[in-house]
Amino acid sequence: MSVHHEEPTSFAFDAESEAQIAKIVARYPEGKQASAVIPLLYVVQKQMKRQTDSGWVPRIGMDAVAERLGMPPIRVYEVATFYFMFNTKPVGKYHLQVCGTTPCWLRGSDEVLRACQDHAGVKHYGETSEDGMFTMTEVECLGACVNAPILCVDDDFYEDLDYERTKALIEALKRGERPTPGSTIGRLNSAPEGGPLVLTDMPGAGE
Amino acid sequence: MALSDKDRIFTNLYGAQPWNLEAARKRGNWDGTAGIIAKGRDWIVEEMKQSGLRGRGGAGFPTGMKWSFMPKQSDGRPSYLVVNCDESEPGTCKDRDIVRHDPHTLIEGCLLAAFGMGAHAAYIYIRGEFYNESVTLQAAIDEAYEAGLLGKNAAGSGWDFDLYLHRGAGAYICGEETALIESLEGKKGMPRLKPPFPAAVGLYGCPSTVNNVETIAVVPTILRRGASWFSSFGRPKNSGTKLFCIQGHVNKPCNVEEEMSIPMRELIERHAGGVRGGWDNLLCVIPGGSSTPLLPKSICDDVLMDFDALREHKSGLGTAAVIVMDKSTDIIKAIARLAAFYKHESCGQCTPCREGMGWQMRLMNRMVEGNAEIEEIDLLENVTRRIEGHTICALADGGVWPVQGLIRHFRPVMEERIRQYKARTMPMAAE
Amino acid sequence: MAKVTVDGIEVEVPNGASVLQACEAAGKEIPRFCYHERLSVAGNCRMCLVEVEKAPKPVASCAYPVNDGMKVFTDSAVVRQARRNVMEFLLINHPLDCPICDQGGECDLQDQAYAFGADGSRYTEAKRAVKDKNIGPLVKTVMTRCIQCTRCVRFSAEVAGTAELGGTNRGENLEIGTYVEKALTSELSGNLIDICPVGALTSRPYAFVSRPWELKKTDSIDVLDAVGCNIRVDARGPEVLRIIPRVNEAVNEEWMADRGRFSFDGLKRRRLDRPWVRKDGKLVAATWPEAFSAIAAKLSGLSGDRIGAVAGALADAESTLALKDLMAAYGSTNLDCRDDFATIDASRPDFYRFNTTIAGIDEADALLIIGSDVRREAPVLNARIRKRWTQGKFKVGFVGPRGVDLTYPATYLGDGPAAMSAFAETLKGAEKPMIILGRGALSRPDGAAVLAVSWALAAEVGALKPDWHGFNLLHLFGGQVGALELGFVPGQGGKDQAAMLGGGVDALWLLNADGFDPARIGADTFVIYQGHHGDAMAGRADVILPGAAYTEKEATWVNTEGRAQRGRLAVFPPGEAKEDWRIIRAFSEGVGKTLPYDDTAAIRAALAAASPVFGRVGEVQRAGCADMAGPAGGSVSGVPFVLPLPVYHQADVISRASDVMAECAAIYGPAPALAAE
Repeated sequence: MSVHHEEPTSFAFDAESEAQIAKIVARYPEGKQASAVIPLLYVVQKQMKRQTDSGWVPRIGMDAVAERLGMPPIRVYEVATFYFMFNTKPVGKYHLQVCGTTPCWLRGSDEVLRACQDHAGVKHYGETSEDGMFTMTEVECLGACVNAPILCVDDDFYEDLDYERTKALIEALKRGERPTPGSTIGRLNSAPEGGPLVLTDMPGAGE
Repeated sequence: MALSDKDRIFTNLYGAQPWNLEAARKRGNWDGTAGIIAKGRDWIVEEMKQSGLRGRGGAGFPTGMKWSFMPKQSDGRPSYLVVNCDESEPGTCKDRDIVRHDPHTLIEGCLLAAFGMGAHAAYIYIRGEFYNESVTLQAAIDEAYEAGLLGKNAAGSGWDFDLYLHRGAGAYICGEETALIESLEGKKGMPRLKPPFPAAVGLYGCPSTVNNVETIAVVPTILRRGASWFSSFGRPKNSGTKLFCIQGHVNKPCNVEEEMSIPMRELIERHAGGVRGGWDNLLCVIPGGSSTPLLPKSICDDVLMDFDALREHKSGLGTAAVIVMDKSTDIIKAIARLAAFYKHESCGQCTPCREGMGWQMRLMNRMVEGNAEIEEIDLLENVTRRIEGHTICALADGGVWPVQGLIRHFRPVMEERIRQYKARTMPMAAE
Repeated sequence: MAKVTVDGIEVEVPNGASVLQACEAAGKEIPRFCYHERLSVAGNCRMCLVEVEKAPKPVASCAYPVNDGMKVFTDSAVVRQARRNVMEFLLINHPLDCPICDQGGECDLQDQAYAFGADGSRYTEAKRAVKDKNIGPLVKTVMTRCIQCTRCVRFSAEVAGTAELGGTNRGENLEIGTYVEKALTSELSGNLIDICPVGALTSRPYAFVSRPWELKKTDSIDVLDAVGCNIRVDARGPEVLRIIPRVNEAVNEEWMADRGRFSFDGLKRRRLDRPWVRKDGKLVAATWPEAFSAIAAKLSGLSGDRIGAVAGALADAESTLALKDLMAAYGSTNLDCRDDFATIDASRPDFYRFNTTIAGIDEADALLIIGSDVRREAPVLNARIRKRWTQGKFKVGFVGPRGVDLTYPATYLGDGPAAMSAFAETLKGAEKPMIILGRGALSRPDGAAVLAVSWALAAEVGALKPDWHGFNLLHLFGGQVGALELGFVPGQGGKDQAAMLGGGVDALWLLNADGFDPARIGADTFVIYQGHHGDAMAGRADVILPGAAYTEKEATWVNTEGRAQRGRLAVFPPGEAKEDWRIIRAFSEGVGKTLPYDDTAAIRAALAAASPVFGRVGEVQRAGCADMAGPAGGSVSGVPFVLPLPVYHQADVISRASDVMAECAAIYGPAPALAAE
């Protein structure tokens, strides 16, 4: 894969990342440090987010992971490009991930997409808005299908969306607000709209 | 015959109560765990066999039997339990609720299952997109460690047990157990050749068992209330209670724990407010997640929701994700989008899947428009047959079944689409 | 053993064998792309599917273990259909560019498409196009042709030990490459061309050069290192167009090194294609009789002790013997074949051979490497060591310059002779310890001491046993050991090379001797240079006798193990150049000292009489150590070891004349250990 964007020329784990790495590597048996490759790529992506406001994994960050874990760099490149959640090029401040798989599509994901196109300044998947605020990506099923359609912003699921609520969410993000993730129509998680029909007489229910 | 709340295992499914240890204990978690372990490994495995529990991740393999494949005596290698929380089958969102609202049922289940298979360590592999869920689960694990429920002499049982959380990064294929192991080892999630099976050579080359989250999370209750309690639900060989994810064109999509073998119609109408526009507005249902072939309304009218009944209709229970489509649905497009999903998620290892999934998707995309020849429906069907059964793992099979189901039940719709397209683009030729 | 029935034929195969192996034992050919005997099993191409009784679906025979009583069907309707299916999928995105593909005519995909392909395509969608990668000057990529079998990925990680190739992205976007554009750093990269079953990885120097059916194929031996890789020289008319390895399990398995494979364009450049004689200080073109009479005139006035001869790195055994016999006829015992000044003790073969043998490496359980970058001095042998390492329970220690990456982990002990003993305990703890002493480690003033100390260490740690010989000298070129076997070293009262230089002799016959600085030859010494390239040494000559390169003669070569092998004439020598022993034979006749052989059979009989090595061509007699007494030494210095070949790609007169190797040298530069200094 060719690299068209600007790659940073250096990358070093910062103190916060180092603290995370120490914890992560301890989870795996001795000699099996390669297990930490995905977690460490996340560490790189998060550090880039902290430092540049764009959560992505530059090639040199992959090299840093390879060196730390004693792996040939190509093995890290393979992992970084195989898994969909690693952004191998810069993304906007907010990463709008529109689920377009059938369960969301049946519930109106096209409307979510349209709202993103109309209000986030991105026309196509893979695009970043000119102001650098939004990158829009089509993602596959996010695993919250009874709350479809879903828009995942960075790590947060916003559920039960329609055009207007998606628009409101994007406008809030633009204002620097971060609405509480979850159902946008006030549902109790995966319970049916209007309240649970079961588990109603459990101790603590409705507390 | 609806399940009553007292027989529900996941009593905090909706997160009405806190997920934490204190609340979990009030719900009955971690009650007498050491006492169960005291009954011994053989008792646990036997009890699981008697319960009739079949794996809740989609394949439905008997859980107790799977555990019994683990070595009784270590040859020096440790054994591992690996919990599959890569929940990625489109339509499926049950494990998410367990992890975020009932994590202690899972954690306790991990201890019991690990003991049952002689493992002192377990990894829970959670899909990358479940970031917030992973934060909750990690907090619950930390809490369990602090309370002495994990670690040395876990829960006072005399059994040392460590539990680790590992987050994936966006790859459906990692739900396949050997791909999951590869991923956990720090590689691309490409399924392994079998044999050897994980029980012989699994994580880090050690004996391992990979179980779904729901499978493991029901273990404590089964062992507390007894195999016969669990097997009293559902039809023989289809025992127990089950989480269903009811979605799509229903009035009130939801997750719910119900008895196995509940009629599909009852499930949808009792819990999800019925089909949008009424039962007669139903077009078809995908009964068990995207890989299971759709069933037209005529079958849905009286089919039962269990492994065997759905299999009889050339579909399956899968993950019990019930995707309902009403008559407004462009069914070709709905399935074409699944074809795109499988093309996107193919790992690329095996020739038939790597090359075939793209072919299938492109043919399906033309079918959506009708930009095809009628004979190409046969070509499409033939391509799916050539993919099926020729690959290392079952992703390819699951990827072609939805299209086969479409052709099986909705071929006239596809033909009509093609005719309409021809009429639109070549009006003279259509006359 | 397991009894397996394949298409009704019962065979017995070892437990743990694959179904594919059982099928082969039954004489059934199983088509495959990803499977390769020397690589890990991937099982991804699905071409080798067969039917196994009671299995619910066809199984990948390459990966499926046999069971006793198993019934396998390789020609059932299910199997035939499965192969057609897989072939169709392989072809839908494969370009139909066979007419312009260099793999055409020797392509597994093409061949198998004839057997299992349809006569037309049912695929009408857009085909995939993949961007080509630049992975260096040797391997050309046309990645749209790639069928993602991952053989190259596995080769680079497993055999070469330089994990630089991988598959990035996934699904139908899975791409083979390096991700970051870079030239592959392996000295074995040419083997990628051989293992790629399609035209994705082809030879860059051979691009659009020829078709396989146009080539005359000659089995021969590589001499550009001392491994003795078995090769096939493919030529068209007078030109060598490519060199590829042949299988020899005991020597090179099926690999070969890049210098041996890609230097052949150097066979066309800077060639000595006619005799030259120095007149009035200038070399002028001459006829053979003129050249011979100039030499005869010079030698006739000299006593034997004022005449000397040196045989170099690329001298074949026949000409070395002829030269030795000629020198004897002149009464000279001034002979040396150590033109790199290596203080090799030729008094006993096991002082200078690779006694463990290459195949014997498989049995070793500890290894000490002294002063040798084995990876660059003998890449294929290094791959054998690496293969041993991958099997576990094998510790390696290294003495030499820091920064040498052998492709397997080695404990770094130090840079000079003093560090050798640091690995003694590990070697002692091993059943079959090995020491590899680099020839370069002997090219130093205390070389004899290094040799003696190394031997003594081998004796001390139990590497010298009646049933195990763990002392090994690693030579650098194909001509070096043969000359030692023939005793081309100072005879009674004879001078060694150092003594011959600086005016120690009045006439010096240099047979392919290019290993030292010509300026060290005495100003008044008359130099006869017999060789094939106009390299630095030829420039110092008074008479040049144009010889044949290894691809141009019937010649015998002895590899570092002491294994004699025959090189064959693939093309004729250029111009007036001749087979080397015949040059010497012709000269001897002219001066009335006629050597007693005048055809190939006769000189080969003379070789066999000179050393038993030449009587068992192709074989090596592996033996334990019968005599622990070592070579004489002296004391070692503290001077660090220096590696003998600074630039891998330019190490001899042929590779130095090669444009392809020059391009490589420009890209890869000197060995990393030297670059770091």
